[in-house]
Amino acid sequence: MEFLNALVAILNYVVVPATAYGAQLALGALGVTLIYGILRFSNFAHGDTMAFGTGITIIVTWGLQALGIGLGPLPTALLALPFGIAITAALVLATDRVVYRYYRKVKTAPVILTMVSVGVMFVMNGVTRLLIGVDEIQFADGERFVVAARAFKAATGLNEPLAIRTTQVITVVVAGLVVWALFWFLARTRTGKSMRAFSDNEDLALLSGINPNRVVAVTWIIAAALATTAGTLYGLDKSFKAFNYFQLLLPIFAAAIVGGLGNPLGAIAGGFVIAFSEVGVTYAWKKVATYLIPNWEAEGLMQLLSTEYKFAVSFAILIIVLLFKPTGLFKGKSV
Amino acid sequence: MSTHQPSAARGGKIRAPLLFAVMAVLIGFEGMTSGWNGAIGILNMGLISAILALGVNMQWGYAGLFNSGVVGFIALGGLAPVLVSMPPTPGAFAAGGWQILIGLLIAVAAIVLAVWLNGRLAGKARVLAIVAVLVAGFFIYRAVFDPAVAAVQAINPSALGYLGGLGLPVLLAWPVGALLAAGAAWVIGKTALGLRSDYLAIATLGIGEIIVAVLKNEEWLARGVLNVNGIPRPWPVPYEIDLQGNAAFVERAAALGLDPVTASTLLVKLLYTGLFVAVLGLLLWAAQLALKSPWGRMMRAIRDNEISAAAMGKNVTRRHLQIFVLGSAVIGLAGAMMITLDGQMTPSSYNPLRYTFLIWVMVIVGGSGNNWGSVLGGLLIWYLWIKAEAWGPQMMDLVTANLSEGALKQHLVDSAAHMRLIVMGLVLLLVLRFSPRGLLPER
Amino acid sequence: MSFLDASDMTGGYGAADILHGCTLKVEKGQIAVIVGPNGAGKSTAMKAVFGMLKLRGGHVKLDGEDITALSPQERVRKGMGFVPQVNNVFPTMSVEENLEMGAFIRTDDFRPTMEQVYDLFPILRDKRHQNAGELSGGQRQQVAVGRALMTQPKLLMLDEPTAGVSPIVMDELFDRIIEVARTGISILMVEQNARQALEIADQGYVLVQGANKYTDTGAALMADPEVRRTFLGG
Repeated sequence: MEFLNALVAILNYVVVPATAYGAQLALGALGVTLIYGILRFSNFAHGDTMAFGTGITIIVTWGLQALGIGLGPLPTALLALPFGIAITAALVLATDRVVYRYYRKVKTAPVILTMVSVGVMFVMNGVTRLLIGVDEIQFADGERFVVAARAFKAATGLNEPLAIRTTQVITVVVAGLVVWALFWFLARTRTGKSMRAFSDNEDLALLSGINPNRVVAVTWIIAAALATTAGTLYGLDKSFKAFNYFQLLLPIFAAAIVGGLGNPLGAIAGGFVIAFSEVGVTYAWKKVATYLIPNWEAEGLMQLLSTEYKFAVSFAILIIVLLFKPTGLFKGKSV
Repeated sequence: MSTHQPSAARGGKIRAPLLFAVMAVLIGFEGMTSGWNGAIGILNMGLISAILALGVNMQWGYAGLFNSGVVGFIALGGLAPVLVSMPPTPGAFAAGGWQILIGLLIAVAAIVLAVWLNGRLAGKARVLAIVAVLVAGFFIYRAVFDPAVAAVQAINPSALGYLGGLGLPVLLAWPVGALLAAGAAWVIGKTALGLRSDYLAIATLGIGEIIVAVLKNEEWLARGVLNVNGIPRPWPVPYEIDLQGNAAFVERAAALGLDPVTASTLLVKLLYTGLFVAVLGLLLWAAQLALKSPWGRMMRAIRDNEISAAAMGKNVTRRHLQIFVLGSAVIGLAGAMMITLDGQMTPSSYNPLRYTFLIWVMVIVGGSGNNWGSVLGGLLIWYLWIKAEAWGPQMMDLVTANLSEGALKQHLVDSAAHMRLIVMGLVLLLVLRFSPRGLLPER
Repeated sequence: MSFLDASDMTGGYGAADILHGCTLKVEKGQIAVIVGPNGAGKSTAMKAVFGMLKLRGGHVKLDGEDITALSPQERVRKGMGFVPQVNNVFPTMSVEENLEMGAFIRTDDFRPTMEQVYDLFPILRDKRHQNAGELSGGQRQQVAVGRALMTQPKLLMLDEPTAGVSPIVMDELFDRIIEVARTGISILMVEQNARQALEIADQGYVLVQGANKYTDTGAALMADPEVRRTFLGG
């Protein structure tokens, strides 16, 4: 019984939230890694692209709610998501046309492109603030829990509750579907293969008659879709605040680098590595320890690091990977 | 960087003086229309911005290193005035101060030991030993550190609750701020330099956020979000209240036709201006000297062609580390100066958009690689940043003048303050695209 | 009229010319080999034929059509296939995907062509699902040649196909290249291993400083004592 209680506590406070968070990071890191693989620069505007996409999704959600359109137990935002993706895709395509394309043509050094992405970040950040302000916004509606704490306790007779929120389940399901669709696209379709070819060897891809503009456009659209989805899922799960999305850049980049920049599979693994470390390190293990070790009262919370330092976890993992395996665990690009 | 345009600097020799004159006119106009108090306030922060830009220019302009954690180095420099100049908290060291330091020493020792083991052992034994040392070190550190922190924070928490400083003159804090930032830069540079350029950008993004998080949360250090107020003024800046009580000063102010309050604030600000100009001048002189020396030429040679420089036997990573540490030291110095000017340490004000990326805009707009350009960019962009805050709502009022009252109008007016982010982003993008060498191109 | 007629090519990458009136011609179904000392402009000449270099003078004609102004991509559509010396495969894609990418511009069914490539290089059929980056050097060259063949080119250009492979693998590659030529495809090849390459060449070009020094059949060049002494090491 004590052991089961400990297990449920770990599930409830570590595994469930970290899985949802990991899925969100993985989607974000996939976008970063795709842009890196195809366009060959680290996109600092990715966090703000997520914020913008989520902002649009929220506005459309409000519109749908005003019209009385909903999904019943599911959040309305899922219905609004395709609109958010479409508008975000249009925005990044326009950005590419106006901003990035020139630098591709003159073949600028990647670090200049990164700098350019900082400018884009500024503009997107401002646009998002103009659209939706800087305040925290809760936009999840519908059923709150799939497994409610009290019902779980009543059903199992355990002391420890287990609560699984609808948004967490949706996050994992949607992320799973998106990743499946992306990998199917990359592995099976002609366009997807041409993207991989372009990422592998740009010159040879051009020789083979692959149209670079098309590859780049498709990449942006996918990146916009991934960013909007990741941002919306994160916002549903926690809440929406534009600045938080900027701060997500660090764990997202850490995830992408840990997995090996340019490697989609690595990005997913990296997302979960970062999420589980972050949650595990900032969780107060006292409760679990008290269940597992009888007749022992732990001193303090047994929390390795306070939650304010969760970014330190991404950073530490990043540094360790940079020190020992700079191309990432799954061998990314080194150029 | 490699976006050099073949066309030489237009305007040649008179370009720089002309642009600085324009800057002076802008400040003068501000003084005449909105009051000298505000104008000199802008100038003072502009001067600090210029020093910040100088530091970032060393990293980016001389060496092409992308530091996206400028905010962290500024914040670390800002810690120095607290540590150096605030009076020590009575009993804090006895209560736990020494123990905190011992705790930190244990942490450092564990890391050093791990690094040493990393060089000594191999294979599985290495991994196990390092993990064991780090884990054990961490728990010993926490066991020593946590109770000490609690003890220190328990001392008069509403006013103190931290270690306090050394009670030394605040001017000493400026070089200390530079040293703190340089130390952090050395650690981060040692790990991330020599890898691909984006890695440094991402690693510095991380260190920036962590330093700010530490300042926000470690109350024993600088009271965290509770802020430290009343940081002493540097020599020779007096307090306004003392000046207003000084009969001779009041008399001289009256002779100039100024009331004592205005005169005292003006004098205080002007004295700061003098101090900052002196520091900026010194740095600029040194930076120009360095840039023109063989060392500076080598730096730029490395930047322009890393591979051939490496082939000629230059240790590129070592040089990069050197310039990265130097640039960060300058940034830390400016951070310390800024806190001295503010007279208080407010960690929650360290926003990366404002303190990292805005500095970047200054460097790029001024002209990467050109020290004078960074100074100009610092002054100009800071001026625009302040003014854009006022211009945004004014413009929005104009735009929405014909709109009927309602939610949309209200929303637009409310959000006008965010316009300046867009403006800064556009300025950066436009300069990068159409004039990548900036206002004062590198020679 | 030759199938490929690249005459009086003059040009270079920057201000200085590397090619000085260089002429290369290949007949239908024949093998032409470019040899010469290091820095003679062999690879540059081939790149010029393929349009990767801007020419200041001369012209390139393929099957009688002037293609001097076309980009490399357009030349691929006109029937040229090019195998670069290095980085000539997609390393994280399977052998089959590499071949598919070679056929990217084709809208018809390319399965038969892929079967032909597999018949030509049977080892690739066995390794069709393996990533190209994991193959040995010689096998990777086969993938590279196979990729270029997927567009069914009429002229196949190979930039030092045997660089860095063992002599046994080299002989095998040359055998395959002869087989390719027998199907009616013209071959233009730059080679460091001049002696072996000239043995299979119908036409040989010895370039020196970006200009034709000797031009003759492969056998004649091999027999020429002057060529043997200066370029083939006795």
